[in-house]
Amino acid sequence: MSTLEIKGLKVVVDADGNSKEILKGVDLTIRSGETHAIMGPNGSGKSTLAYSIAGHPKYTITGGSVTLDGQDVLAMSVDERAKAGLFLAMQYPVEVPGVSVTNFLRTAATAIRGEAPKVRTWVGEVKEAMAALNMDSNFAERSVNEGFSGGEKKRHEILQLELLKPKFAILDETDSGLDVDALRIVSEGVNRVKANSDLGILLITHYTRILRYIKPDFVHVFAAGRVVEEGGPELADKLEEKGYAEYVTA
Amino acid sequence: MAINTNYLQPSGREEAWRFTPLNRLAGLLDSQVELTSTNSLSLARELPGVSFQILESSQVVPISQSTDEATLRVRNAVKEVALITIAEGAELAEPIYLNRKTLDGRPEATRVLISLGANSKATVIVQNIGNAVLAEDLEFKLDSGSTLNFISLQEWDDKTIHLGRQHAVIGRDATFNSIVVTVGGSLVRLLPTVEYAGPGSSAELTGLYFATDGQHLEHRMHVDHNLPNAKSRVNYKGALAGDKARTVWIGDVYIRAAAEGTDTYELNRNLLLSDGARADSVPNLEIETGEIVGAGHASTTGRFDDEQLFYLSSRGIPADEARRLVIRGFFQEILNKINNQEIEERLMNRIDTDLAKVGAIK
Ligand SMILES: Nc1ncnc2c1ncn2[C@@H]1O[C@H](COP(=O)(O)OP(=O)(O)OP(=O)(O)O)[C@@H](O)[C@H]1O
Ligand SMILES: [Mg+2]
Repeated sequence: MSTLEIKGLKVVVDADGNSKEILKGVDLTIRSGETHAIMGPNGSGKSTLAYSIAGHPKYTITGGSVTLDGQDVLAMSVDERAKAGLFLAMQYPVEVPGVSVTNFLRTAATAIRGEAPKVRTWVGEVKEAMAALNMDSNFAERSVNEGFSGGEKKRHEILQLELLKPKFAILDETDSGLDVDALRIVSEGVNRVKANSDLGILLITHYTRILRYIKPDFVHVFAAGRVVEEGGPELADKLEEKGYAEYVTA
Repeated sequence: MAINTNYLQPSGREEAWRFTPLNRLAGLLDSQVELTSTNSLSLARELPGVSFQILESSQVVPISQSTDEATLRVRNAVKEVALITIAEGAELAEPIYLNRKTLDGRPEATRVLISLGANSKATVIVQNIGNAVLAEDLEFKLDSGSTLNFISLQEWDDKTIHLGRQHAVIGRDATFNSIVVTVGGSLVRLLPTVEYAGPGSSAELTGLYFATDGQHLEHRMHVDHNLPNAKSRVNYKGALAGDKARTVWIGDVYIRAAAEGTDTYELNRNLLLSDGARADSVPNLEIETGEIVGAGHASTTGRFDDEQLFYLSSRGIPADEARRLVIRGFFQEILNKINNQEIEERLMNRIDTDLAKVGAIK
């Protein structure tokens, strides 16, 4: 049983020499096995929260804390955070030319597990995970995310989730750009990981569609850099119907 | 053809020499210093369809004009020339390896002509190792329908000075693919240059250079589209690490008025891994006819992409390993073309070792 605790998190970003405060005190606690959905208008800071937890160098923390089972996440380097059990499925996965998916996955698995996976079982493991996500095996030889369609990039993120088996996953708009079938396949992938490992999930989304597959225990409304309301799954339906007007003007 | 062999010592103000540290040439362009005529390249192994001869220089007339001072000097200095002939129609399954044996730092000049008979096909690999002060004039004559894959690996020791021209005259429907990899040497200045002798001919000039502290690595393409319906592609990638690492890439492509139907594209990308390193990249396209298939060029010089490094690190990969992956990835496209696992590994290991030495991977 693990806990990821975000307290009073304040984050600024440097834009053309001026620093701009984006997160204005975020409080959020996620435990193993829980699924938290975050919904909020464009530009409200959802991705900023995700990147800040993962340690993206563009974001500067000016206040608050992030801890994983009491350990100071903000003091860790990016790779240490991943090794500690955090995973970020990115809204816009990055292309890395010349680095094959196979090489990348193996290097990442070696780093996370602390030893190189056994060749024989590893190959099978990757094949199986790719097949489960309906990814053609030729992706293995392609460069990381290079020339992948939007949906293919998202599947590749979930493939990594399956292979790296983190304690907590932040899924930043993993559903955007997925067709109906892909949405189901990707959601099933997430649920599989959760069933096997008691994964805690922070799921950022604009649509209730994905929440029909990945059932949230909690829904948080995010606006202007903080959590402004919390509730159960019914809150998502209300948001879908009424939008964010009441939170944005408030 | 009247070949001009007048040699003038450059002052450094000439366009062709303005990037080169002339004080580091170890006498190669100094008329007071005599260059020893050597046959520094030899055939590693006899192969059917390949003949290797050493001939009096007067018997092997250069097939191309040059204004390059180093080339003119070589032509003056050499007494003998190596002539490598691939028989008409011969298709060589295995590469022709040429061994390099130098005078270990005494100034020398070597001239070589590699001649491919009609419809022949060969891969020639030169591995340049050791210590040398070498000026070289390499020419390739590709008769119609022939294909030459020429791979030149500059894996020199630290002190080597190497001035070289690699000029191809490409016949009708012939294909010249050159891959130049320069990782070693103190000062290396190479001129991969091309002219066409018949329509339907094609050239692909690919290169990789990696300079660390104090190295000056210069590559100057010259593609002369002097005939209609020929094609050229240039793709050079370089990385620089260490304070005084220096690279120069010049891409001169001329499309003459007669060269209708030309199809050309050239690309140079540089990755700067240290603040004090400097990469010059000068693409230059001159077009005298609009009746062409395509002509373009691109040149970029940048640093590590933080987003790439973040992505890799966010998967648990430590920062130094992430950088190494990105550098390997950057060069992979070029290394793949060599299509030889052993060479690829050897080069990548050398790059890794050099990187570790200059501490660019922290
Ligand atoms: N690197 C940056 N430079 C400048 N501004 C930034 C940067 N990163 C984020 N911002 C700004 O911070 C705000 C929050 O951005 P963020 O990407 O976190 O929003 P989001 O809630 O994820 O939006 P969306 O729903 O559109 O994905 C936006 O106004 C954005 O323009
Ligand atoms: Mg976002």
